[in-house]
Amino acid sequence: MAGKVKWVTDIEKSVLINNFEKRGWIQVTENEDWNFYWMSVQTIRNVFSVETGYRLSDDQIVNHFPNHYELTRKDLMVKNIKRYRKELEKEGSPLAEKDENGKYLYLDFVPVTYMLPADYNLFVEEFRKSPSSTWIMKPCGKAQGKGIFLINKLSQIKKWSRDSKTSSFVSQSSKEAYVISLYINNPLLIGGRKFDLRLYVLVSTYRPLRCYMYKLGFCRFCTVKYTPSTSELDNMFVHLTNVAIQKHGDDYNHIHGGKWTVSNLRLYLESTRGKEVTSKLFDEIHWIIVQSLKAVAPVMNNDKHCFECYGYDIIIDDRLKPWLIEVNASPSLTSSTANDRILKYNLINDTLNIAVPNGEIPDCKWNKSPPKEVLGNYEILYDEELAQGDGADRELRSRPGQSLGPKGSRSRDSGRTVLTTWK
Amino acid sequence: MLQEESDLSLIIAHIVQKLKGSNLYAQLERQAWTSLQRPEIKLESLKEDIKEFFKISGWEKKLQNAVYSELSVFPLPSHPAAPPEHLKEPLVYMRKAQGSWEKRILKSLNSMCTELSIPLARKRPVGEQKELLNKWNEMGTDEPDLSLFRPVYAPKDFLEVLINLRNPNYENGDSLSFRTHLGLIQVPLKVKDIPELKEFFVELSLNTGQLGIDDSTQVPPELFENEHVRIGQKVLEEQDSAAAQQYIRQGSPTALRAELWTLILNISGQSEDILYYEQLKANVIQHDLLVDSLIYKDVKLTASNDDYYFVFEDYLYQVLLCFSRDTSVLGHFAYNSASPPKSYIRGKLGLEEYAVFYPPNGVIPFHGFSMYVAPLCFLYHEPSKLYQIFREMYVRFFFRLHSISSHPSGIVSLCLLFETLLQTYLPQLFYHLREIGAQPLRISFKWMVRAFSGYLATDQLLLLWDRILGYNSLEILAVLAAAVFAFRAVNLMEVTSLAAAEAVLADLSTLKVMPLLQIFLFATVT
Repeated sequence: MAGKVKWVTDIEKSVLINNFEKRGWIQVTENEDWNFYWMSVQTIRNVFSVETGYRLSDDQIVNHFPNHYELTRKDLMVKNIKRYRKELEKEGSPLAEKDENGKYLYLDFVPVTYMLPADYNLFVEEFRKSPSSTWIMKPCGKAQGKGIFLINKLSQIKKWSRDSKTSSFVSQSSKEAYVISLYINNPLLIGGRKFDLRLYVLVSTYRPLRCYMYKLGFCRFCTVKYTPSTSELDNMFVHLTNVAIQKHGDDYNHIHGGKWTVSNLRLYLESTRGKEVTSKLFDEIHWIIVQSLKAVAPVMNNDKHCFECYGYDIIIDDRLKPWLIEVNASPSLTSSTANDRILKYNLINDTLNIAVPNGEIPDCKWNKSPPKEVLGNYEILYDEELAQGDGADRELRSRPGQSLGPKGSRSRDSGRTVLTTWK
Repeated sequence: MLQEESDLSLIIAHIVQKLKGSNLYAQLERQAWTSLQRPEIKLESLKEDIKEFFKISGWEKKLQNAVYSELSVFPLPSHPAAPPEHLKEPLVYMRKAQGSWEKRILKSLNSMCTELSIPLARKRPVGEQKELLNKWNEMGTDEPDLSLFRPVYAPKDFLEVLINLRNPNYENGDSLSFRTHLGLIQVPLKVKDIPELKEFFVELSLNTGQLGIDDSTQVPPELFENEHVRIGQKVLEEQDSAAAQQYIRQGSPTALRAELWTLILNISGQSEDILYYEQLKANVIQHDLLVDSLIYKDVKLTASNDDYYFVFEDYLYQVLLCFSRDTSVLGHFAYNSASPPKSYIRGKLGLEEYAVFYPPNGVIPFHGFSMYVAPLCFLYHEPSKLYQIFREMYVRFFFRLHSISSHPSGIVSLCLLFETLLQTYLPQLFYHLREIGAQPLRISFKWMVRAFSGYLATDQLLLLWDRILGYNSLEILAVLAAAVFAFRAVNLMEVTSLAAAEAVLADLSTLKVMPLLQIFLFATVT
């Protein structure tokens, strides 16, 4: 009896609802029997919290992992990556190799970050080493650029120092916790403007890790010319690329929304910088995404009812080195322009095709290996099973920048269609 | 035989004269003098030794490139007694039409000037100069009130003029027959037909590798792409303009394109050129021109709203404002049917001593002009280089797209070529569109005037412009326009109005240019 998939959502966005409707799925409420629930992050907290003891049945799928915040909260992400690096170092893995200054050669992709108020003293020590540096303060639990500000003097964050002395136990709610990161004040500029990359990554399972990268990511440009000048540290239009912020700027344009496709970026970089360095850059971007997922994989609750589509924010500096800024569990589904709407609609469409095979009532016991044809605009970024099948020593040979095998940037119709040059 | 010889010596004399005034000549002279120090240069065989030295040190190549550049750009004098107007445009009626069009444009500009009481040019007060200098890199954030400015003309105004062009010596008294030209252009110019185009564009044929087709993901790079890239690198090493022009007919690899175009356009990037650009910039700072506002308005209306080019808005101002003040551009009017508009110092109307060219470069921008520069921003991010490339592209190619002439790459010939191709090879479609009041040229004109900039995806546009450079001709624009119609013919046959036809052809951003051209030229039954 092939019934129709019953869906619920608490995010009222047309790109979602249109996709459900076009599959002929039936809308129900959360109290009824549902098969597919596109939740907001608040709801997922309730569903999997210890108190409610919610049990999902085999034919129910949700769009978040229970403890996604291990990756998507700024402080936990950094913590997990630091832990991952130390582990690799301990087991003597060549990936954890460091250079003469003690910087990781292959795993240095997150700017130096400290938790406040917990690491305040450590931070001060680091700050004093380079007192002219700029740091960026971000609240751990917020999004859309809210509450972010830049500092270049210790006095600007006095508040966190006072508090750390008074409490031995972090009594504030986690909402008031901040991370402070070294600000990348030499971003790659195009047309004199700062931009960042938004890439979508779908994870269907963490153990074994299987993730897909959406080919159609985009760049978000600031409307104002970039300047590292200290007088403009308060001008969020110069520094923060979030559309939620930029769209309030005087020069915001509703036709293009300040967005460029990743293929435009690629064309520009290849034309002005050359093919090798551009391919190396994109290889590195794929590398850091996979490493970040591997870092949280051991602590993730790999619930088989779950999949997740993350929004990765990456900044490229003027030496063409990519930096991972943060990962969003609930990337915005609002469309700022017509092209945007098309992109997000297709994103959800392809995501659903992979997560809910054939659009039929799901069975969470399936092997989560969709056939090549349904990937749409997704490409396999990393498939642990496939990688292991080809021999574990491959991992050691491959590093970002060394290409072996098929070209990394395009997926060829070889049997494996891996996105990267390495596994 | 004798005629050929005298033609050749005329050409040589002309080129020598042209190059004598150039920077390259001074450099060669300097090089020759310093080479006297070298041990291998002997007094007895001075001439041969210096020539040998030039060959080895690469200076001969530079000279070769310069000569080739002159040959490509400057039309050869057809007859020693031909007056200079013939070089601009041999046909009298065309010259007359261009002249009256220019009068109209200038009148429009002057009346806008009087209406708004803005002078054509004024010196900026010192404070304003300082401000502009500070804001040089972000002129896009300036919000001057441009609401009262209108573009001097738009492509469709120009089209109306072309439609009304008539050759007074040609009277087609025949009644309508299948030979009658169905299109809007009614002047008898010679245009190529498909067999001739196939010969002209032989490197685009089905059995020759192309970038834009044979570098797609399904084709293994060993088949064509790798070798093509290798050859491209070799061409760049040799620094040979002619070879580069031949090479680029099959498309340019993205990483090599910037350098290849520089080589083909023979841009040297010397410090003198950078200084020249800085001088132009100083002119912009010191004086404000009315055309500046027209440029601002154009950029704000077109490139600022474009998905691909909005990022480069500020570069466009930096290039176009300097361009307006560049008097070296006046040189191209020797072979352009257009003439630079003249204006008179206030109160001295009609007195030749007080006549100045306005704008200083003689080019009045129209709606969409900034789109000629925009795609170049993907290749060059250093302002003076970007500027030189654009200027050379303009005086070699783009000027032909908005002046009335009989040149095979002129817009009139392109329109006629487009219509003829369509009528000959898609007669049913042409007839249908004409019947519903949707003359195809009305839709395709704007594509050709802008060389498809802003209509195609940037990577496709660059592949198209590769071929413009490679063949030193704009005819490919007309062929592409016809190919687009052929591609969407099925949908177009079903429309019943001009608006619907426009809608079918509104979005070209997904088109792949090279397959369209190849199919139209080489795979259509003729």
